[in-house]
Amino acid sequence: MAVEELADAIAGFTLFADLSTPQREHVVDVFTEQWFADGEKVLRQGLSGSGLYIVIDGSAAIRIDGVDRATLRAGDFFGEISCLLSEPPTADIVAIGPLRCLVLALSQVEGFLKSNPLVMYRLLQGEARKVRTTTKWLS
Amino acid sequence: MYSLTRLGVDHAALSADDAPGGMFRKWPLFQRMLSWTKPYTGFEPGTRDYERFDWNSLSGDEPAHRGLMAGVMDGTSYFPSRPEMQRGLELFAERTRLKFRYGCRWESTSKEDRDYILTTTDGDYRAPLVVFAVGVSEPWSPPSIPGIEQASHYGELGPTESYADKRIFIIGKQNSGFEIASGLLPWARRIILASPSSTQLSVNTHSLVGVRARYVQPYEDSVLAGGVVILDASIEEVARTEHGFDVRTRSRDEDHSRIHQVDTVIAATGFTSPLQDLDRLGVMRFGQSKLPAQSHLWESIDEKTRGIFFAGTINQGSKGVMKHGIPSNSGAVQGYRYNAKVLAQHIAETYFGKPHPTRPLQAGEVIPLFLHEARFGPELWHQRSYLARVVSIDPDRGLRDEGIMPLAHFLDGGTGYDGAAITLESNGHDDLYPRLYVRRHGKFDEHVLPVDPFLNFETERHQSEIGAALSPVLSESLSRP
Repeated sequence: MAVEELADAIAGFTLFADLSTPQREHVVDVFTEQWFADGEKVLRQGLSGSGLYIVIDGSAAIRIDGVDRATLRAGDFFGEISCLLSEPPTADIVAIGPLRCLVLALSQVEGFLKSNPLVMYRLLQGEARKVRTTTKWLS
Repeated sequence: MYSLTRLGVDHAALSADDAPGGMFRKWPLFQRMLSWTKPYTGFEPGTRDYERFDWNSLSGDEPAHRGLMAGVMDGTSYFPSRPEMQRGLELFAERTRLKFRYGCRWESTSKEDRDYILTTTDGDYRAPLVVFAVGVSEPWSPPSIPGIEQASHYGELGPTESYADKRIFIIGKQNSGFEIASGLLPWARRIILASPSSTQLSVNTHSLVGVRARYVQPYEDSVLAGGVVILDASIEEVARTEHGFDVRTRSRDEDHSRIHQVDTVIAATGFTSPLQDLDRLGVMRFGQSKLPAQSHLWESIDEKTRGIFFAGTINQGSKGVMKHGIPSNSGAVQGYRYNAKVLAQHIAETYFGKPHPTRPLQAGEVIPLFLHEARFGPELWHQRSYLARVVSIDPDRGLRDEGIMPLAHFLDGGTGYDGAAITLESNGHDDLYPRLYVRRHGKFDEHVLPVDPFLNFETERHQSEIGAALSPVLSESLSRP
C-alpha cells in the first residue's frame, strides 16, 4: 500500500484522529508496514526488543501462556506497554488470518510520541480505558 | 540455483538477462557499490571466517566458490566498482558451471491442479514449486503526487555535466536520493532533498537503516550551508513552468505550502519487485517496494499460493523477529546469500525427501561451537537476530548441530524440538552483542552476553555466561558418539 493510501487508511483510527494529512503521511513514513500469516506470532511473550504496532487490516489474538484472552482489530494498537517500560511483552500476539500492521521500532517510540503530542494524548486515553476495564473486571 | 544443484534437486533456472550479473550491467548509477569487500582480514578468501568481511561475493560450499570478489577488485577501494561486481558474478557462474537458460523472459503465470505454469518467451514451464528471484528493479514513483510523471526517475539521470549550475529538486531522502546528491555536488548550484520524514544515518542507527556514510556529504553540506537543503515535507505537486518546474511542498509543522522553483526534478522514490501477475494468484504484496509477504522460510503466505517461494533481495518481505525494529540484511547480497542456502535445504528436505544433514555433538563441544559462531559465523554477523546457529537438545536424539536457520522458526517451535540458538544482536544504539536463546518445553529464555570492544566473543566471561545459561539443559548423558 502506498504512503498516501496508508495515510488515508489510518485517518479513521482514534490514535491518529487529530492529525492533518501531512502529519499522517509523516506517521506512515516513519512506521514500517508488515504482513503476518495466519497463526504467525507478531509479538512473543517474554522476548525483548519489541515495538509499537497498529493493526491496519485483519485481527490478532492476545495469548497469555497459550490461552487467548482478547482480540485486536483494525485501529487497535499493541506493544506500547512493552515499549514504555522497556520490558518484554507479557503476551503473544498471534495473527488470526492474514494481518497487516504498521510498526514503530522500540528505539523510535519515545521520540515519536514526544514529537506527536496529539498521538501521545490519544494513546494515554487508550491506556486509561484499559485500566478502567481491568478495574471493573477486578471489582 | 547453486544450492539446489548441490543438494541434487532437479530444477530449471530461467533468466531474462543475456548473461550473469544483469543488474550490475546497469546499476549502481555512480559505478561503485555501497557494500565492502575487505582484502586484508587475517583470513584467506575462500574460508568461511573470511565471509564476515566480504559483503559482495556469493557463498558456495567449496573454497573455490567463496570470497571471489577479493580476487577481481583492483585494490583502489574496498567498495567494488560496478564492473568488478559484474565480473565477480560471472566468475562464480563460470566456476560453479551453473546452467541457466538466459534470454528467457517470464511473461505470465497460471495454476493447474498442484502445478504452476510459467509462460515464457521460450514456451511453458510446469512445476509444483517455483522460486522467484526477480529483484526489486522496477522504477516506482508515488502516483498520488500530481505531475510526478514529469520528473526523471533515478535510473534516467543524464550525464553529470548536464546538471552544471542547475537547481535540482530530489524527491526522496534515502540512499538513492543521497547517492544522486553526492554525485551532483560538484555540478549543481542548489540541491533540495525532500520527503516527509527525517533522514536517518546508518552511523547513528548502528545498522543498514538510514543513509550510508559514503553518501553523507550532502548532509554535511546542508549543515554547513554549502547549497544543499534537506526538507522534511510532503510533496504536493510537481508543475512544469516556462523555466523549469515549480514543486509545492508542505511541512507537517506549517499550515501553508511552499513553492520551489527548480530546473530539474528527480524522483529517487524507489523500486518495486516486478512480480507481474502473481497478485492474481493470491500473492500478497506490501510496502512501497511491493514486496511479497513471506513466511519465515520465504514462502508466500496465502494458502492458495503454497509452493511459491522467493529468493534474493525480495527476501526483505520476510521480516523475521525484527528485534528492536531493525530489519534483516536480506535486501543485500551479504544477507540473502545465506537465506538461499537455508531455503534450498528446506525445499530439499520438505519436498524431495532429502534430510537436512545434522552432526552429533558431545556436551563439551556445544559451548565452544556457540562461542566460535558468535565471533566468526558469517550468517550471524550479516543477518543479526534473523539467522541463528542452532543445537537441538533431545533425550532420545542427544545433542545435534542443526546448522543455520531463521531465528523466528526456532523460537516459534517450527523445528519441533527443544534446543539452544546463538545470534548476534543490534539494538540501534549499542555495539552489537551475542544473545543466546534456550527453548525448553515450548518456552524460551533469553540470555544477553557481554559487549566486547574488539568483538571478541570467545572470552572466559562469555564462556562462563553461556555455560550458566545452558546448565539446566546440557548434560554429559546427552552426548552421542
